[in-house]
Amino acid sequence: MGMTMTEKILARASEQAEVRPGEIVQVSADLVFGQDTTMPLAVIEFRRMGAERVFDPDRVAIVCDHFVPNATVLAAERTKSLREFAGEQGIAHYFEAGRGKNYGVEHALLPEEGMIWPGMVVVGADSHTTSYGALGAFASGFGSTDVAAAMALGEVWLRVPETMRFVYEGELGSWVGAKDLILYTIGQIGVTGALYRTMELVGSAIESLTVDQRLTMCNMGVEAGAKNAIVPVDPETERYLRAVGIREVSIYNSDPDARYHSVTEIEVSEIEPQVACPSSPDNVKPLSEVTGTRLDAAFIGSCTNGRIDDLRRAARVLEGKRVSRDLRLIVIPATQDVYLQALREGLLEVFAEAGAAVSTPTCGPCFGGHMGLLAAGERVIATTNRNFVGRMGHPESEVFLSSPVVAAASAVMGRITHPDEVVR
Amino acid sequence: MVVQGRAWKLGDNVDTDQLVPGRYLSLTDPQELASHCLEDMIPRFHELARQGDIVVAGENFGCGSSREHAATALKALGISCLLASSYARIFFRNCINLGLPALTSSEAISGIQDGDEVRIDVAAGAIENLTRAFRCSAPPLSSFLIELIEAGGLTAYVRDRLEARVPAPREKRE
Repeated sequence: MGMTMTEKILARASEQAEVRPGEIVQVSADLVFGQDTTMPLAVIEFRRMGAERVFDPDRVAIVCDHFVPNATVLAAERTKSLREFAGEQGIAHYFEAGRGKNYGVEHALLPEEGMIWPGMVVVGADSHTTSYGALGAFASGFGSTDVAAAMALGEVWLRVPETMRFVYEGELGSWVGAKDLILYTIGQIGVTGALYRTMELVGSAIESLTVDQRLTMCNMGVEAGAKNAIVPVDPETERYLRAVGIREVSIYNSDPDARYHSVTEIEVSEIEPQVACPSSPDNVKPLSEVTGTRLDAAFIGSCTNGRIDDLRRAARVLEGKRVSRDLRLIVIPATQDVYLQALREGLLEVFAEAGAAVSTPTCGPCFGGHMGLLAAGERVIATTNRNFVGRMGHPESEVFLSSPVVAAASAVMGRITHPDEVVR
Repeated sequence: MVVQGRAWKLGDNVDTDQLVPGRYLSLTDPQELASHCLEDMIPRFHELARQGDIVVAGENFGCGSSREHAATALKALGISCLLASSYARIFFRNCINLGLPALTSSEAISGIQDGDEVRIDVAAGAIENLTRAFRCSAPPLSSFLIELIEAGGLTAYVRDRLEARVPAPREKRE
């Protein structure tokens, strides 16, 4: 009997010939990381454990991205303590806004830095760690104490998940992309649709997506409750890995006779742009049902949609246009490399000329931390991943989730808008 | 382990943003985190909740962000046990890791109203509503998880393991 990709990776990492869903396994971690809101708690627990050294400083990363550039004095104290911890432990993979060659939002940054490859076990103190399955890795989010234990021991316990296979076939319509596919899927299966399970994303439509776009899809797997999301390694994965300096990889794709919890086929040519309405990521509607909804703000960025591919798409819509006088637009490239690339391609100029506030990389607005929060009664369309009550500000504000092109078109019109209405 | 307290009943899909909003994530002190727990949903929850109280929720309790601040805040308030129809996986792990028992039972949810006095034998999974003479059971946690909770959580468990471990020579990676 064959195994799925996820089972093969967990078997390798637990030094077993095979593993089966439901088994509890102790797996070695290839990368353990956290960010500036979760890592301070992890460091406290690490010390309380009596641990002195991390298991391997080269396999630990700290990415300060949530409250950066330091939004408050307390945030400054936290990043300072993490900088000191990294220094003390010899952790070279320490990232903070305004220092070093590259920095930014963790789930965009770590792949760019060549720190993610197929077959890895990635233990991240952030729920959107599921993103890295886009490169054929097993990657899952954990709390701070789990990450502290993983830093101390180099391993973590896991229940081997059942795998749900999603087969996306057909050609994507115009203005339809990865964000629409994952929103559509979450709308179909609900926020508990993949609870504790793996989402394996395959099919010709997935093969047609760039790694940037696959990262968008795997990123939101956790919004359906998934433990991890994963995409088979193919020539596009290999192209991406070569570009970030990774030459040799082991491939752990699923066997043809692997066992699945379920197989769902999705014909993508019939899917139009999708919008998740307040206040749950599964409250998804086709764009045509919500066009015209008045907005106060738009946000393009985040670990879901702040990569160069996303900015190029948004700029296509915004080129030569002005943001509506009734709305404010914030655009945040997810990393410094994305920022520089967007600068060189003239994309930042497109955004700035349109009237958008363009910022240095940060998670800020997405989690309601800082940089463009909402007042009571305000509505935003955001390319982010969560539209929970109060997620981006006041508990009486509302968040609509969409792709970058829909957010861009909506920013021009001041209401939820199909890109066709703006780009003729 | 037997716990008893007032039930605080919440709905489905209560996310960790509700438990501790994003704007407070620079805090690390458990009591400070507790003072903001559920503040946008139940004003003054931190003053109303008492040592031993039980939080009862519906499906997918603790969904969303991995922030352990959510479980830390509940524990610091003195919440003795969680009951829910189901949990999001990271939140469930966080609760167990902190030594906060989290039992799963849809039946219990339908038999408990907000404000009821509830007693729970955690190891046995026995739930008793003292206000309306209702009893039911939840699947007991696995022995590994009970062991973890009784050790005081993952931190204490790892401390024991590190103390027992013979220091191995550090391997060089290529």
